[in-house]
Amino acid sequence: MKTMSFIQAVDDALAQAMAEDPHIIVFGEDIPLLRRDLLVRFGPRRVRGTPISESAFLGAGVAAAMAGLRPVVEMYMVDFLGVCMDALLNHAAKVEAFSGGKWTAPLVVRAPCGGGYGDGGQHEQSLWGMLAHIPGLTVIVPSTPADAGGLMLAALKQDGPVIILEHKLLSEMWLEFLGSGARKTVSFDIPAGGTKGSVPQKWEPLPLGEATLRRDGHDLTIISLGVSVHRALEAATLLEAEGISAGVLDLRTVSPLDKKTVCQEVIKTGRLLVVDEDYETFGLSGELAAVILEAGIAFKYARVCTQMTIPYSRHLEDEVLPNVKRICTAAQQLMK
Amino acid sequence: MAPDLWSLYALMLKARLFEEAATKLWYEGLISGEMHLGTGEEGIIAGVVSQLRDGDAMALDHRGTAALLMRGVDSVSLLHEFLGHPQGLCGGMGGHMHLFSKEHLAASSGIVGSAGPAAAGFALAAQYLHPQSIAVAFFGDGAMNQGMLMESMNLAAVWKLPVLFVCKDDGWGITTQSDVSTAGNLDDRARGLGLLAFSVDGVDAARVWEIAHSAIERIRSGEGPVFLHARCVHLEGHFLGLQTIRILRDPLKEMPKVAVGLTKSILKLHGAAVSERITGLKSIMSSVIAALRDPRRDHAHDPILHTRAALQSDETRLKAMEDRMEEDIHNILITVLGEVPS
Ligand SMILES: Cc1ncc(C[n+]2csc(CCOP(=O)(O)OP(=O)(O)O)c2C)c(N)n1
Ligand SMILES: [Mg+2]
Repeated sequence: MKTMSFIQAVDDALAQAMAEDPHIIVFGEDIPLLRRDLLVRFGPRRVRGTPISESAFLGAGVAAAMAGLRPVVEMYMVDFLGVCMDALLNHAAKVEAFSGGKWTAPLVVRAPCGGGYGDGGQHEQSLWGMLAHIPGLTVIVPSTPADAGGLMLAALKQDGPVIILEHKLLSEMWLEFLGSGARKTVSFDIPAGGTKGSVPQKWEPLPLGEATLRRDGHDLTIISLGVSVHRALEAATLLEAEGISAGVLDLRTVSPLDKKTVCQEVIKTGRLLVVDEDYETFGLSGELAAVILEAGIAFKYARVCTQMTIPYSRHLEDEVLPNVKRICTAAQQLMK
Repeated sequence: MAPDLWSLYALMLKARLFEEAATKLWYEGLISGEMHLGTGEEGIIAGVVSQLRDGDAMALDHRGTAALLMRGVDSVSLLHEFLGHPQGLCGGMGGHMHLFSKEHLAASSGIVGSAGPAAAGFALAAQYLHPQSIAVAFFGDGAMNQGMLMESMNLAAVWKLPVLFVCKDDGWGITTQSDVSTAGNLDDRARGLGLLAFSVDGVDAARVWEIAHSAIERIRSGEGPVFLHARCVHLEGHFLGLQTIRILRDPLKEMPKVAVGLTKSILKLHGAAVSERITGLKSIMSSVIAALRDPRRDHAHDPILHTRAALQSDETRLKAMEDRMEEDIHNILITVLGEVPS
């Protein structure tokens, strides 16, 4: 069995696809250095750096995709989509609808996301709720190397725009930037099961819009994604010691949302706890409640999300982001 | 008019000592996240900020520390902020990339290029609320490719906004050299947008002061925005712990981390033709070599040493000043940490 780190898996799946499909090109800021392993294999025509001009190069990625390339456009962090949302919101997401289904923009946007290491509220957001709000965009948030690679491959075969969000706490490269490479004096709560794991010999695309049950439980269902899945699993182990059996469902893709599995699991337990690192209001956690209500299912509901701008202070930040303690408390409340 | 070299030197030294202390605290793990220092650009900051007065505003990028200190933000509250302390300048909410001082009309952002619109807005408010006041935007050469910054220059020009756009050009945006990401000439670009443009070597704080002085006079008198293009070298590279700087300082330890993946990938079946692969490898190597030849190893590019050399004739005064500033930073650290970290 092969094992890989999270980013290694994404890059490896991407490399496999690039070897098969010459239409795939990769670009973004500092990409020659950040994706140097791809650069030396596929050459500078297919792996290139960009100026710090997100609106130009993301917008160009959309049209290049329409014209037959399959660009993988990299953002330094998902937060910086703020400067170029137009390309996704008004263009990538609209092509298919506006053309009456005759034209699409099959590009993949890669963006690091998430917090837990002290960069502050302009650099640690999740934002998948905001992206998934827009019809026409596929939004992927993997939590393990195997999923990350398989979903990347699926993204590259999708006939439309896909955004794949890679949590920085799962990325060796970011962790080396932020700490380990130059100083050994900081530590982050890094989920071991997400940073490294077994991967298939050859990548096969995973289905988009299919959640996976990470742990079965009969008292309540925790639905989560990304790094929070690992926090939820940790909490579930603690809850078990208290006699509470919590299942953990990993969504893997926000859009399309696996409504069927979501409903199935909640019917089983009658209780839903959403653990979502993204903002609480007007987002994924509320959407899940709406989907289950629409299906006519009666259930108890609670959520652990990010309720405010993420503080810089590490200690405050750890309280604001979903953590094991908050998850356990919310689960105990639900059981009352 | 001529600048007071002693006060320029004092401003720069104050910022340098503070950032050296912050460096130590970062390595000790007391400061979290990334850490972008302004060491090497103090000549530019001092030459401009020393001319600001009440009512003037500053829009800062991810290296705002020196500008805030020189503008008079309290060192203790700034250091508390870096440590994420509730007594910090922003209550521990912002950190070094998101520093705000309402009192000084100073706002930072980690979004590259955003100093442009912010300065335009501060200047617009000044036109209505306190004429004669100006706004300064500090940003890097990489930011010059950001649409919102170029748009702000045009806006400032057509509205004759009192903005000084200061481009601190270190030739890099993280690991990308500007000559591969920036076409044309930055001064021409600014002129094309209707701004007056001046170029200066930022190592020379006095020269920056002189040019900024006449630019600011012009801006205050309502003649519209000016672009000040100042070259500098960031002595610590993009941020603390940057891999290319580590390779440069300890190649035996750092190079293998990079090389293993590279050799594996270049030999993989299915990919570009060998010549393409070699070109890819070459471009990585040339960025490593460029880092090796990086002038930041040369003291000649340190603005503090540059100004100090001009003051060396009065050794007694210089020593007294430096001793006093060293004691200041020492006291700040004692106040904040309870002890000076060894
Ligand atoms: C909109 C946006 N894109 C990308 C980044 C990531 N980033 C942070 S600093 C930086 C380089 C900035 O270069 P420059 O403007 O020259 O400033 P320098 O760091 O060289 O002082 C980049 C790309 C960001 N913070 N914001
Ligand atoms: Mg630069």
